[in-house]
Amino acid sequence: MSAAELTRLPAAGIAAVVASGEVSAVEVAQAHLDRISAVDSQVHAFLHVDADGALAAAKAVDDKRAAGEPLGPLAGVPLALKDVIVTKGIPTTCGSKILQGWVPPYDATVTARLKDAGIVILGKVNMDEFAMGSSTENSAYGPTRNPWDLSRVPGGSSGGSSASVAAFEAPLAIGTDTGGSTRQPAAATGVVGHKPTYGGVSRYGLVAFSSSLDQAGPLARTVLDAALLHEAIGGHDPLDSTSIDVPVPALAAAARTGATGDLDGLRVGVVRELGGEGYEAGVLESFQQAVALLKELGAEITEVSCPHFDYALPAYYLITPSECSSNLARFDAVRYGLRVGDDGARALEEVMSLTRDAGFGPEVKRRIILGTYALSSGYYDAYYGQAQKVRTLISRDFAVAYERCDVLVSPTSPFVAFKIGERTADPLAMYASDLCTLPASLAGVPAISVPCGLSTAPGSATPLPVGLQIMAPALADDRCYRVAAAVEAALDARRGHPFPTDAPELGHTQ
Amino acid sequence: MADGITRDEVAHLARLARLAVTDEELDTFAGQLDVILQSVARVQEVAAEDIPPTSHAVLLTNVLRPDTVRPSLAPDQVLAMAPAAEDGRFRVPRILDEEA
Repeated sequence: MSAAELTRLPAAGIAAVVASGEVSAVEVAQAHLDRISAVDSQVHAFLHVDADGALAAAKAVDDKRAAGEPLGPLAGVPLALKDVIVTKGIPTTCGSKILQGWVPPYDATVTARLKDAGIVILGKVNMDEFAMGSSTENSAYGPTRNPWDLSRVPGGSSGGSSASVAAFEAPLAIGTDTGGSTRQPAAATGVVGHKPTYGGVSRYGLVAFSSSLDQAGPLARTVLDAALLHEAIGGHDPLDSTSIDVPVPALAAAARTGATGDLDGLRVGVVRELGGEGYEAGVLESFQQAVALLKELGAEITEVSCPHFDYALPAYYLITPSECSSNLARFDAVRYGLRVGDDGARALEEVMSLTRDAGFGPEVKRRIILGTYALSSGYYDAYYGQAQKVRTLISRDFAVAYERCDVLVSPTSPFVAFKIGERTADPLAMYASDLCTLPASLAGVPAISVPCGLSTAPGSATPLPVGLQIMAPALADDRCYRVAAAVEAALDARRGHPFPTDAPELGHTQ
Repeated sequence: MADGITRDEVAHLARLARLAVTDEELDTFAGQLDVILQSVARVQEVAAEDIPPTSHAVLLTNVLRPDTVRPSLAPDQVLAMAPAAEDGRFRVPRILDEEA
């Protein structure tokens, strides 16, 4: 099997050829490292490539196989890890200058579980600084580009994760999702991205942005691959006090069931509030076709109203700045990271202020200032307190809808990938990227994005991916995978080939 | 309640948050934050007086672990990434004013 063929295989396919001995895990890792060398100068998904570590991890899988030891379902499969998850001995920057060159002394639980599963970590991928953003333009290390159109963003904040998977640099990636940061970039690049139930995946070693919302999740080119990766990283962790102590549902089995295409009797709710004004016509058209497809597969479609979803955006942009203003106080120029202006004369407070101004980018500063305001005495009840009440109302809207529906659906984002630079000057225009993904984040329920079609942005001729979002009740992540796999299988059958292969070829430059 | 945010307020908040923002940053942020704040203030339209706040999406009870001794990071590991270390400790700029 050629290197080009290896990089096109889904994760499950790679695991199968490694397990059978047809190809070694080292050959698989090398093929992906070569692909990164060939195309990443254009895509800029990777902040750090750990070739030695990847090849050593791959060799360990090959040795295990040679010794006749059992291999896990993703053993030998390469992966791109978002740079907000700490990795012992490997730099972790969170896309921020304040952590440039920081080498963590420990592994996150997610990292440890990936290693235990025999998954080969290729390196660390780009992101909006501390996961604040929807386009990866807020990285201190320059933007990542969308493999479908290099002049456009790959979504964010997990844009390095989504772009690396879409560019065939890795079959799997880990993203993190606070308000849509795995789902929205997955939609923008035509791959699958899932946000688990809050508490479903350990946050130990995930550098905190907004602790009551942050959740790591899988990105992949197929629904089954995402499910397998979720199973590898999910489950209770005593090191995370918000980790849920219940077994992970059978996710890969749900994806396989879904792929048979039978959704007979499944009750699907179309959320009235997640559509209409502000949504691109092509996105809505693609979404309506997906709903029609669900009906053809046997689902019963009803429209549901969730009136408080209209307040998800303002609530989110009060809660997350508030929590980040507290979480990012740890960057104090004392224990790790950057220190600026320590000339022997300045006091600590001054050095701290100079360091934080030099080390944080504009979006992080905006949110810290906004959060400091929202938590101030006299404003707390009107802003942060009220936002938390709205969160309760959004959860109640979900509860009412789930009495009548098994899953809810919407577009993943109101628009397709936009041009680099198009929305950076207007924070509210950027925030609108997450309109559809925020409610599930605030309610802590699981949600997945699966490619459902192509659309062109206004004034452009380039077809770009559209994502279908499927939301399920807390702990019912398996429903997301089942429905997404049914949609994927039906669309693949119609198209005659998998969605990501429609992405234009990237020229090979060194 | 204030229905806007002034440049002076932004400067004050930046000081509280230990951000030595420049004058140009203040000019930019003051305008942007005013627009953002007016947008997020929409949460106040919702009548929610008797609604309990949600701080975590999934109901949790307090979690305790056994009080047993576990190995921690070695001092040299902890100090390896410090901006400055001396005699096995973090070295910090002075924390008191000269007059103090």
